[in-house]
Amino acid sequence: MVEFTLWDIVRNLLLAARWTVLLSLVAFVGGGLVGLGLLILRMSGVRGGARFVAGYVQLFQGTPLLMQLFLAYFGLALFGLELSSWVSAGFALTLYTSAFLVEIWRGCVASIPKGQWEAAQSLALNFGEQLRYIILPQAVRIAIPPTVGFLVQVVKGTALASLIGFVELTKAGTMITNATFRPFLVYGCVAVIYFLLCYPISFYAKSLEGKIHARS
Amino acid sequence: MRIELDFASILTQWPLLLSGVFWTLGLTAFSAVIGVIVGVAFAWVRISGPGWLKWIVGSYVEFIRNTPFIVQLFFCFFGLPMLGIRLSPEAASVIAMVINLGAYATEIIRAGIQATPRGQAEAGVSLALSRYQVFMHVVLPPALRKVWPALVSQIIIVMLGSAVCGQISTPELSFVANLIQSRNFRAFESYIVATAIYLMLAISVRALLNWAGPRYFFGGRRG
Repeated sequence: MVEFTLWDIVRNLLLAARWTVLLSLVAFVGGGLVGLGLLILRMSGVRGGARFVAGYVQLFQGTPLLMQLFLAYFGLALFGLELSSWVSAGFALTLYTSAFLVEIWRGCVASIPKGQWEAAQSLALNFGEQLRYIILPQAVRIAIPPTVGFLVQVVKGTALASLIGFVELTKAGTMITNATFRPFLVYGCVAVIYFLLCYPISFYAKSLEGKIHARS
Repeated sequence: MRIELDFASILTQWPLLLSGVFWTLGLTAFSAVIGVIVGVAFAWVRISGPGWLKWIVGSYVEFIRNTPFIVQLFFCFFGLPMLGIRLSPEAASVIAMVINLGAYATEIIRAGIQATPRGQAEAGVSLALSRYQVFMHVVLPPALRKVWPALVSQIIIVMLGSAVCGQISTPELSFVANLIQSRNFRAFESYIVATAIYLMLAISVRALLNWAGPRYFFGGRRG
């Protein structure tokens, strides 16, 4: 029987943590792009656009991420797509992330005084130009701290991808537990690694928030 | 290619689904009550407790908020027996949910307390109320009223997060969905039904708590 030292456990967990980081980035970037599209749809005044986005947000915020992952996993397979857990996890987490980001960003845009829109209109800028030159530059400044803060939720959310067979940090923890029979130590290490990933992000988000409050 | 969906084979299992809903709601109700009590106690510690205790509670809050719920759950269920604490799946689920909600509730309630003007507490003291009375009757009710919507959102998040508890065979809603699909292989339909039920639960629990909070839980008829 092979003996696992503490270093063996930690090393394997750290190797698996790469996939946690990568999946988080995929979901965050993908979610950001989809979220931006939804934000523009929401503000463009297209008929039913606002209602669609509201329903989308309600759907993804009102159901468990675990169910969304299972539906992506079993649902996409139903359409004959032979899917790896990578695609399903990336797909579900992207949609989940976009629903939260569009809601955060909507709040930020809404906090821009109405006069800014009106001033932009009076300069004969069209909708795209109003967004591009007047509204978004101001909104982005307010949006950065909560967006960075939400990244922590994405990293934690990727832990659920382990349940559809995606081998990341949590799944590696389960596998190593099954090999070593030391769940206390292994899950303790898993938790510490998540903490080391997430705490700096939380801390950074909080300090950004402090800076904005100090300026205004 | 044609896709045939068969929801009837899921819905005929309604007694199972119903028991899953009861478990989900029960777990949520139980951990919400205890989690909010923990939150109130720890918020008090973080504001006016002794320094070393502040530090411990602060570390607890940060550690829980920066690790995934599923890892906390697995740690409670698989890890604690190594220390001789053997838990049933249901007990491990409740404990993990309380620990999780407690950390978020601490932060939320602390924010509410700090937003309450100091003068109110001082007025309470000048009426010769004890520290305990000032906290429970003067500081806490308006603080809770202020942060109640945030607290309700967090309770909903914990309820949706409890879907993970099915993985350690707590018989809640997602476990039932899993059970049904393992019997009739209708995985997609089964999870669609469960997801729809979760959505209805989230909407109605939020409406109920937002309605009931100001009426029954704090401050009575003024809210």
